[in-house]
Amino acid sequence: MTVIFGIFLLTLLLITAVAIVRTRNLFVAVMLMGIASLIIAANFFLLDAADVALTEAAVGAGVSTVLFLSALALTSERERARTSRKFLSFAVVTAAALVVIYATFDKPQFGSPDAPTQTYVSPWYLEKTPEFIGIPNVVTAVLGSFRGYDTLGEVFVVFTAGIGVLFLLAGAPGSKKAPLRPGSSVGLSQHLIPRVVGRLLIPFILLFGLYVQFHGEYGPGGGFQAGAIVAAAVILYALLEGEEKALKVIPRRVLLGLSAGGAILYGGVGVVCMLLGGNFLDYSVLADDPVKGQQLGIILIEAGVGITVTGVLLSIFHAFAARGRQA
Amino acid sequence: MNVLGIYHYWVFAILLMIGFYAVIAKLNLIKKLIGLSLFQAAVFLLYITMGNVEGASAPIFGFGAETFSNPLPQVLILTAIVVGISTTALGLGIVVRIKEEYGSIEEHDIQEIDRR
Repeated sequence: MTVIFGIFLLTLLLITAVAIVRTRNLFVAVMLMGIASLIIAANFFLLDAADVALTEAAVGAGVSTVLFLSALALTSERERARTSRKFLSFAVVTAAALVVIYATFDKPQFGSPDAPTQTYVSPWYLEKTPEFIGIPNVVTAVLGSFRGYDTLGEVFVVFTAGIGVLFLLAGAPGSKKAPLRPGSSVGLSQHLIPRVVGRLLIPFILLFGLYVQFHGEYGPGGGFQAGAIVAAAVILYALLEGEEKALKVIPRRVLLGLSAGGAILYGGVGVVCMLLGGNFLDYSVLADDPVKGQQLGIILIEAGVGITVTGVLLSIFHAFAARGRQA
Repeated sequence: MNVLGIYHYWVFAILLMIGFYAVIAKLNLIKKLIGLSLFQAAVFLLYITMGNVEGASAPIFGFGAETFSNPLPQVLILTAIVVGISTTALGLGIVVRIKEEYGSIEEHDIQEIDRR
């Protein structure tokens, strides 16, 4: 049954991808991207990757679509009909595809427990997580503690990308910021049904975000997913009620503070570990019991990740939206 | 080799190349970014596929499962997705600035203006 469902999803994904590339209407392409993300998320779920599925659904189908749409609003929705060197490109792509497909015959069998991926490093993590960290979700344990350095680096990449977008878009083209005209960007507030449904949904989306954040040690979830979900809730609010109301709830300065604060919280936990006599990001020293210390450390750094991701995604959204108002 | 396994790898290859085609053949900058996202999604799919173990469950203890899929690729891809959206946003920011300066996001137009 899973096999049939998997093949169905993957075929659907390929059809969607072809449609994305073929369509000239960029709005349609972006919408299809959202659908493709949802299909990929479902497929991740079939492949036992619950954490990743959650992230892909929140980021790929939610936030990414909104960002692409706000970029389209600032550029244009139609793509010009010309394609450069169509046949040459097609030949290159086909040849490369054949090489990659040829290589797949040497890959270990799908789902085989004896594949090199499964036998070298990862059994150690599965074996030692209960002993060292004592939390059920191995993905969170690896992300937060064993590979905490990588995650710190990724949080800083997210932060840097956010700063980059602000640098590109925050400076107004005519140097002066256009004032917020009341009633100019009221979003969907004229439409009754989205407004009513949205108002009902937003508190629950926020609650779910918090659940995902703080339940990440026991089930699928964690800072990255929660950050994307909370950001999606606030973006939905901004779309329904207009951007200015959303900015009243969380002003720009607060968003910047959140983006930097989360990263500082993460790094700060590492520094505190050093001050207490451990290594950087070695949470064992945070409490009397090393396992308790690890759990405390993971909760703190996951909070840092969630705060940064929320702050950065919302800052990016507002940067695009403000640009639209000036144009 | 079972059907689903080889099919997963082939879908990865084809999806990768569909994305690559959009990057090299399409002249619209936003379409290129969409192609890049597809390319990225294909890589994500490959990693998660390789971490899957037949008959296993998600790597979370306490739900009665005996064998688990590989948690490592999942950690990598989880963070990569969020980093991916941030870098895509950066790309979109650059495209918006190009549109403001050149009045177009088609590669031909931009090159023509540059030659002048």
